[in-house]
Amino acid sequence: MSSEVVISAQGLGKLYEIQRGQKGHLTLRETFMRRLQHPFERPAKEQFWALRDVSFDIRAGDVVGIIGRNGAGKSTLLKVLSRITAPTEGRVELVGRVGSLLEVGTGFHPELTGRENVFLNGAILGMRRVEIARRFDEIVDFAGVQQFIDTPVKKYSSGMYVRLAFAVAAHLETEILIVDEVLAVGDIDFQRKCLGKMQEVAGSGRTVLFVSHNMSAVQRLCQRAILLRTGKLVCAGGVDDVVREYLGHLRDSAATAFTGENPDRVGNGVLRITGARVLNELGHQATHVRAGQPATLEFTYRNPSGSRSANMFMTVYNQLGSACTQFDMSLNHQSVKELGETGTIRCRIPSVPFPLGEYRIAVAVDVDGEHADLVPNALVFSVESSTFFETPRTPPATYCAVMVQHDWEHEVGVGEEKVATAGMG
Amino acid sequence: MPDAITGAGYAQERLVLEPVAPLALPDFIEIWRHRDLLLTLAARDLKVRYKQTALGVLWIVLQPLLGAGILTYVFGEIANVRAPGGLPIFLLSFSGMVVWSAFSSTISRTASALIGNAQLISKVYFPRLILPLSTILSTLVDVLVMLPMLAIFCIVYRWQPPWTIVFFPWFILIAMALGSGIGTWMAGLAVKYRDVQYVLPVITQTLFWASPIAYGASRVGKHRTLYFLNPLAGTIEGFRWSVLGVGFISPWEIFYTAATAAVAMAVGYFWFSRMERSFADVI
Repeated sequence: MSSEVVISAQGLGKLYEIQRGQKGHLTLRETFMRRLQHPFERPAKEQFWALRDVSFDIRAGDVVGIIGRNGAGKSTLLKVLSRITAPTEGRVELVGRVGSLLEVGTGFHPELTGRENVFLNGAILGMRRVEIARRFDEIVDFAGVQQFIDTPVKKYSSGMYVRLAFAVAAHLETEILIVDEVLAVGDIDFQRKCLGKMQEVAGSGRTVLFVSHNMSAVQRLCQRAILLRTGKLVCAGGVDDVVREYLGHLRDSAATAFTGENPDRVGNGVLRITGARVLNELGHQATHVRAGQPATLEFTYRNPSGSRSANMFMTVYNQLGSACTQFDMSLNHQSVKELGETGTIRCRIPSVPFPLGEYRIAVAVDVDGEHADLVPNALVFSVESSTFFETPRTPPATYCAVMVQHDWEHEVGVGEEKVATAGMG
Repeated sequence: MPDAITGAGYAQERLVLEPVAPLALPDFIEIWRHRDLLLTLAARDLKVRYKQTALGVLWIVLQPLLGAGILTYVFGEIANVRAPGGLPIFLLSFSGMVVWSAFSSTISRTASALIGNAQLISKVYFPRLILPLSTILSTLVDVLVMLPMLAIFCIVYRWQPPWTIVFFPWFILIAMALGSGIGTWMAGLAVKYRDVQYVLPVITQTLFWASPIAYGASRVGKHRTLYFLNPLAGTIEGFRWSVLGVGFISPWEIFYTAATAAVAMAVGYFWFSRMERSFADVI
């Protein structure tokens, strides 16, 4: 079945310009003074293409995930498609009403009541007043804030606030819906409810564009995906293929993690990490480790500035892009003292707590409270077997970031009725 | 198969997004489509304003009273200024305050309309002109409260308004159009240059004393032409002439104030529309 193309982007580009040396906002005074001092000189500008040459077609009813690393241009693409900012080149054709949710609760005012905010937020999202009035009860029901609907939202708990805000957004009825990670809010129950609502929306035949770092959510909700890298479209197609391409690239990029070309690397450079490797329980370099067994993460550094001490910390991400845990020297009042010109730092994990899957490590070194080096794709390894529990099984990564040892107990009966009900069991 | 949700099978809106044309005109059709948002934002400003102040709605009455009161004291008692035609000084300054607040509230609320709503601009699409336009309602409410107050003071002072009172909305309109035009331009400018918001009070301060608020323009002697270059001078004099029958205004001055307001609005709105699609990039 081939339905009509409802979003068609051709050669889309967005250029940002920053005046050289500009910090924060321009002021009239400075601009004026510069014109006086250098009347014929135009200030030097740094140009940066956040998007370049992006073309794609999306058909009616498609649910499309937009994925890519930080700075790949995902947010810029959403802003262009939702008309917040104009493209610098190229064009987009959209068929049907477009609604965009780049944030939950945009325009909510703390002094206004829940009711007033529903109408305000609805209007901001582009709903007509009659439309909101018609769905008002549904919205309040979904948020579960009936008793407090005439209370100013500044008195709401943050959970209630977010629920009400999402409820308004969830009832936006446009043919095209653009959504940016709004699911990352609220408690677990509510997140599940949101995901359910998203699935309902996705199944209702509307066209949805969904930006997220959460690959499992993308794979669950979308049939198709678009992968962006440094402002360019890498590939578009079935969601599983595109996600695989994305994760594959993330893994490959670890090979060049410590070269100057790594676009994701930041830091002032007073200390540089020059290499990283994983050692398995036998102390051998490895690409995979075993859950429940010891492992060591080893980093080498170069210290051109002769700094004296540093703090190292790292974050472990699973294949869904979620952070599992963080290792940080300062948590134990530790730091690297008496740094050499070069050196090796090791982090020992007595028992690997990660379920089976692939992992990426982002590592950072701080010297004097500033990032000296931060490499988001420093290391990739996989956990391929487990001795963590008595069975070799581990929970699926969608439900488990790190594993915790636990015991179960059982008694027949509940509380004081224990004895009385024991016989009835 | 027509479908109520997707709208497939019905004629659908088609929208083309392209780089900004150098000559973008204000899109009033698009603003009309978003009229619900315009009204809702205007209502929000009003509600919030009176929920946040301890005196609430009372403040709206107190503010002009205090303003006219202090002017009456300073000009009438200390400086011993005489109002033209035996008009009580308080009536003179209160009527001046009506037009002045129509102008100054419009310009100051309009000029901060974008920076105050930066979050909206960076996260949601709507015609940006909605923001400066939505502030007008707040000012209109202020003025609508001051007008019956003026009527009451006319009764208290036994001052009979002439038939020309039917023209008074015109002068309020001119004052607000002037404020909205300049304010809208400044609102757009303030997105790029944050210090614009510090310049505005200086300008309004100067205009306040350069306008016949607590004195009659008839006292202005040889510099009259220069004095009336300030469009507010003619507007305030005109309002007083229509409501209180005091003061003199020539047709030429009426034409000049209207033309200035029209130019301010045209330039302000046009310039704003040219800039509006880049606001989200710099705000």
